[in-house]
Amino acid sequence: MFIKVPRVDACHESQVTPEDIYLRRRQILHGITTSAAMSFIPRSSWGDGQRYSDVPSAAPPAWLKEKLLQARWETMPAGESLTPYRDATHYNNFYEFGPDKGDPARNAAAMVTEPWVVTVEGEVGRPGKYSVEDLFSPSQLEERIYRLRCVEAWSMVIPWLGFSLADLIRRLEPTSAAKYVRFETLARPEQMPGMRAGFSLIDWPYVEGLRMDEAMHPLSLMAVGMYGRVLPNQNGAPLRLVVPWKYGFKSIKSIVRISFVRNQPSTTWQRMAPQEYGFYANVNPHVSHPRWSQARERRLPGSLFSPNIRATLPFNGYAEQVSSLYAGMDLSRDY
Amino acid sequence: MRQFWWRLLLFIAAASVPIYWLHLAANAALGPDPGKVLVDNLGQGALALLLCSLAMTPLQRLSGWAGWISFRRQLGLWAFSYAVLHVSAYLYFLLGLDFGGLGIELVERPYIAVGAVGLLGLLALAATSTRWSMRKLGKRWKKLHRIVYPVLLIVLLHMLWVVRADAGRWALYAAAAAILLLMRLPPVVNWLVVVRQKKGRKA
Repeated sequence: MFIKVPRVDACHESQVTPEDIYLRRRQILHGITTSAAMSFIPRSSWGDGQRYSDVPSAAPPAWLKEKLLQARWETMPAGESLTPYRDATHYNNFYEFGPDKGDPARNAAAMVTEPWVVTVEGEVGRPGKYSVEDLFSPSQLEERIYRLRCVEAWSMVIPWLGFSLADLIRRLEPTSAAKYVRFETLARPEQMPGMRAGFSLIDWPYVEGLRMDEAMHPLSLMAVGMYGRVLPNQNGAPLRLVVPWKYGFKSIKSIVRISFVRNQPSTTWQRMAPQEYGFYANVNPHVSHPRWSQARERRLPGSLFSPNIRATLPFNGYAEQVSSLYAGMDLSRDY
Repeated sequence: MRQFWWRLLLFIAAASVPIYWLHLAANAALGPDPGKVLVDNLGQGALALLLCSLAMTPLQRLSGWAGWISFRRQLGLWAFSYAVLHVSAYLYFLLGLDFGGLGIELVERPYIAVGAVGLLGLLALAATSTRWSMRKLGKRWKKLHRIVYPVLLIVLLHMLWVVRADAGRWALYAAAAAILLLMRLPPVVNWLVVVRQKKGRKA
């Protein structure tokens, strides 16, 4: 049987330029020559947050600045609208900085992200200690506009900037014994007030993991930026995972360790409440969290007058690309 | 009416807090998910008011000022009102007024069912809070209103179930509840009376 797996960056029918526009292309190009020429100038400053409105500028590290110049930008998917930058950066779960949604934005500035060392270890040909720059020196920076569905039944749409995780894994040369990838977040209590709180139930450091084929999937992204700029600390600077078809807690932030392992790693939320959070944690409207339904989500920002509730899609709307990874699995058991 | 001005002040304070929250929400000052914040605030507000209503008797015993007792009924009614607003906000913001879904939630989610039981308890207390009910029920009124203690425990259980990774705030409420319940044990009550009498003699 021939199974057609569309490439992630494949064009959809809806993206095809209408014929009349195509035929008038010279005229159109002529008309916009001057503005096009102008647009090359701000392009170099997009790294300072100019591509998106209401995004405060932040100076990227030198290596990233170069990559930003050649970044592949994505156009907004039809039918979606971006979550405002302010909301995406001031409504976060990052328990190392505190349990409230506003705590990460308040407290994360204290985290020192430079220098940053990522330890690569386990069943891998090129273990060692890497800087973020080392990890991605040959990679092309890409923008990916993804839906983010939190297990708490809210969701956002965020333009990430990052590199394909599959490319990184290939370069690190895992051995055939590597069946899973385990990730670990920075644990630095002196810079993370949430870790010093007496009543937290979390066992630090935060750990997440993916099966190797999930990690190798083209949708899996290692993000270093968002909204055309570097990641703010509360969103997981300087390096985080983004797996858009899984609940947000899988997309681990501020990564300091990548381990290639033989067995399914024990991950933080799964260990804490195995009946509530599974290892796979694929977005699934048919499998409820024990304490709330996952059938719907609140697309943020909501307001007093419109709670903005919509149906949650299987695999967060990425079923076409990823459902084959789970063929033959009972997803109500392996939730 | 005893303590009229104090009671009026209490009324204005308790009524203005939810209005202030609504004002913040309408001005996008509660963040991108104002509905969730309102549900949480109203729920915790109801619990805090319930604890306040239970603090009046010990305060009266401790201070000797009878005024405390005259706030008790109003505080209890406010706890009930906040709980009703909490449920309304839950239905509107979190369930999207999907009442079919409410049935499923009640069956599948024990903490929702537990919360509903707590609300029914508060309803029974609120409905029998009038002087007429007190007269009508006589001795049984006091018995009936002792269900405030199981209701308090049910409400704490309801909140504990919702707490995700940080139980700190819940522990504060639970500690306050434990102290208020301890102060009702007969030996503690006697001790409170003794403390007050000693103070009275010194003065």
